[in-house]
Amino acid sequence: MRGSIPISVEKSGRAFTRWDALAILLTLGLLVFLAGASRHLLQPLAELQQTPVSLDPQHLPEYAARTTLRMLVALALSLVFTFTYATAAAKSKKAEVLLIPLLDILQSVPILGFISVTVVFFMSLAPGRVLGAELAAIFAIFTSQAWNMAFSFYQSLRTVPVELTEASRTFRLSSWMHFWRVEVPFAMPQLIWNMMVSMSGSWFFVVASEAISVGNTTVTLPGIGAYLALAIGQKNLTAVGWAIGAMLVVILLYDQLLFRPLVAWADRFRFEQQSGVAPPQSFVLDVLRRSRIVATLVVPLSRLWQRSYQLPLLGHVADAAPAHPSGKGSRWGNRVWIGIVVLGGAACLWQIGHFVAANISLPEAGKAALFGLATLVRVIVLIAIATVVWVPIGVMVGTRPRVAQLIQPLVQFLAAFPANVLFPVVVVAIVAFHLSPDIWLSPLMILGTQWYILFNVVAGAMAIPSEMRDVGINLQVGGWLWWKKIALPAVFPYYVTGAITASGGSWNASIVAEVASWGDTHLRAYGLGAYIAQATEAGDMHRVVLGIAVMSFYVVIVNRLFWRPLYWYAEQKFRLG
Amino acid sequence: MSDALLQIRSCCQAFPKPDGEDLLVLNDINLTLKEGEIVGLLGRSGSGKSTLLRLIAGLAQPISGHVDYRGHPVTGPAPGIAMVFQSFALFPWLTVLENVQLGLEALGLPEAEIRQRALAGIDLIGLDGYESAYPRELSGGMRQRVGFARALVVHPNILLMDEPFSALDVLTAETLRTDFLDLWMEGKLPIKGVILVTHNIEEAVLMCDRILVFSRNPGTIIDEIKVDLTHPRNRLDPAFRDLVERIYVALTARAAPAPRAAPDRIPGMGIEMALPRASANLLAGLIETLAAAPYNGKADLPVIASALQMEVDDLFPVAEALQLLRFAEIEGGDIRLTDTGKQFAEGGTDDRKKLFQRQLLAYVPLAAHIRRVLQERANHTAPRSRFRDELEDHMTAESTRHTLQSVVAWARFSEAFAYDARSETFSLENPS
Repeated sequence: MRGSIPISVEKSGRAFTRWDALAILLTLGLLVFLAGASRHLLQPLAELQQTPVSLDPQHLPEYAARTTLRMLVALALSLVFTFTYATAAAKSKKAEVLLIPLLDILQSVPILGFISVTVVFFMSLAPGRVLGAELAAIFAIFTSQAWNMAFSFYQSLRTVPVELTEASRTFRLSSWMHFWRVEVPFAMPQLIWNMMVSMSGSWFFVVASEAISVGNTTVTLPGIGAYLALAIGQKNLTAVGWAIGAMLVVILLYDQLLFRPLVAWADRFRFEQQSGVAPPQSFVLDVLRRSRIVATLVVPLSRLWQRSYQLPLLGHVADAAPAHPSGKGSRWGNRVWIGIVVLGGAACLWQIGHFVAANISLPEAGKAALFGLATLVRVIVLIAIATVVWVPIGVMVGTRPRVAQLIQPLVQFLAAFPANVLFPVVVVAIVAFHLSPDIWLSPLMILGTQWYILFNVVAGAMAIPSEMRDVGINLQVGGWLWWKKIALPAVFPYYVTGAITASGGSWNASIVAEVASWGDTHLRAYGLGAYIAQATEAGDMHRVVLGIAVMSFYVVIVNRLFWRPLYWYAEQKFRLG
Repeated sequence: MSDALLQIRSCCQAFPKPDGEDLLVLNDINLTLKEGEIVGLLGRSGSGKSTLLRLIAGLAQPISGHVDYRGHPVTGPAPGIAMVFQSFALFPWLTVLENVQLGLEALGLPEAEIRQRALAGIDLIGLDGYESAYPRELSGGMRQRVGFARALVVHPNILLMDEPFSALDVLTAETLRTDFLDLWMEGKLPIKGVILVTHNIEEAVLMCDRILVFSRNPGTIIDEIKVDLTHPRNRLDPAFRDLVERIYVALTARAAPAPRAAPDRIPGMGIEMALPRASANLLAGLIETLAAAPYNGKADLPVIASALQMEVDDLFPVAEALQLLRFAEIEGGDIRLTDTGKQFAEGGTDDRKKLFQRQLLAYVPLAAHIRRVLQERANHTAPRSRFRDELEDHMTAESTRHTLQSVVAWARFSEAFAYDARSETFSLENPS
């Protein structure tokens, strides 16, 4: 029954089933939610300042709805970005040489530091309206979701099996139809997985983006993040608890209502043509599929959509056929294009240099570099500790599939857990025990990102073929030898993937984690994150830019000199199959 | 000829080599497909027959020559030419029905007609009841039926088949072949002509009216064989066997490199020879089989191929390698062990290794070249890239990879020299 088009619609006595009732309920609920959450968009900003966020838990459902809407809008924007940017990069060699390195850098740049800049920009788009601040918040969330989705889609587009493309060309599909019928479905499972990761990762930004202060102005948007920020400012532990509770509910809801149905639906897009593994199930999807009303609503829409396949949009896939594989005609065109790109890059470099040189002294730059070094040491130590802790646990969990199934949703929640929530505990502990913030604030940096290591190691351990494990048992390989020769090599490529993400995320998190406050107590660690945070608070744009540039530099260098080679080595040596 | 569906005149195709020059893969191909004909393109892998099929399908353009479909040049995928793929190329996210409808949707037909033609196609090809199944739920044979149905519903004039049965097991393939032939003979298929690419000799004789035999490097048509047997054809029919034998002779006549009088001793000479892909184990296995009863040193290639259940693409590289190393000789569709080959069969492990090393260094110039370089160097090691670059002056990157793979495999077996895959270096020292 799953997903099949009925050949003939059977006539049944009852026109209205219980599935219809449930489906209507779900749809109406969604509409009410959208209406309620978007009501405030066109309000004047001043009104918002008059009715500040209240810590009364009865407002939390509304705040939760507004926060969720922001995240969903950002996710939709990320999808649009993914479908355009990644497609352009995958289809055009000329676009690729520019877009892919750019994406790589964007991924490494700590956008958190840029929030202040973007707020000013978006507020100017809709002066005096809440919309401007909302757009700024949505943009901040967008920047935490879009890059990995675009990357995943780009990778998928480049690995569409040749024979599928050839089949599509011999049947003369239009490029538009080919995109929606072949490329998007092929990329779908990977893309949905990345959407889930993005959603988890963006909580961190939600908290940071709902209470934005630039210099003297502070904009507070009603939402869970603002609620949490206020609770921390007022030392209200109960309210912090409420905020965490609301987060948990929201995470559970969108998992059940959005991602589970998506995952279950996307199961048929898996390319491996084996059956056997039980397909993922979703109650909500079953309801929607069984409801006849949904079917009568959806079928005309999908018909209309399919009609668009016949429009002569963007030509035929076939037309894109290379005339002759060794065409040399475009070589000069490519050179000219690369020349333009290099010139553009040089111009930007000149701009940045000019901007920085005019306003920042050499000692200041040296100071920022030293701060960066301190944060670098922190990231390295934290990743090392997280590795030692989570790799063994991940392997143990992954080799026990039933435990893994229980643990995965839990880890997903933990990954969404923003570091700010733990500020009270950490600050109180540091003050009470007279600890050094330089050391004890650090764990906050890795709080949200360490889970990527666990996630990936679990996935790696689950992917160890059972025959390989049986060989280990058969040869009585046990103890350290088992870890050294079987488990660790098998999970190594997965570990590297997770560690790259964790390390990049930790740099970003340092902007929030190296400064922590609880009420009037403000703690600050020696590091680049604190430097950027402080410059932002002071409204000192030059130092913000300098800090971000230095941080991007560190991230890119570490990626190129350490993670990339390690990744390549892992792929070469340890990849199974 | 007025009833020609397809006419190919002096077609050539080339692909770029790593050094930027072109490597010819198809040379001066001429072919005519008439209405009501099944033409087979038969040859080993690398003979360019799949490349030719892609030219006809409009998936690529030749560097010279003409491909005319009903008098008009083919410049892109033409309506009226449909293709069945070796790997089925079904879309796993579409049901059987949706897969079959895809080409019709692309044509922009009215929905009722799409549905009706798709269901008719499904019915014709024996897929009734599977309409809402996903490809992953089907067996290989059923999947390829979907591939056939999908190609047939667009009512093409020409059906192109790219080794459509080679990914199936023997029994399934045979059922599918006879089902297809039955429909074809009864005139139930909405097609006017078929081009079948295959490396299975018996399949070609079973299905085709005409067989074009291809040689390699570059792909050239070396023989055209008419098959006048009436359907259904019987594989055991002496006339059938004769045709199979004739094709074997045609293939081996050209596959065997002309024996050289003496191996070149001039450095660098002859190393550009592409080596057949065959593991040392396979070589030893075939020598042993040939040496033992009932062959006693000499066998008919079709006979031994069917006894070992090896297709042309499996058997020929091994036979060629044996010939290259002078363990065996191939002539007129027969393979015969040389005295060295017999010696090898009788020897123990150490004797075999010594014998293999002697033959390898004497008759494979690349192996001798690598060993000489290693001996000349002070540390007796050399990077892979050194030889790769040398080879890539003469062949494609892929063929270079295969050649190095073979020479490494043979050298390891005979302990002529060692290779460390991790550091990509050749050395004279074997770990002891």
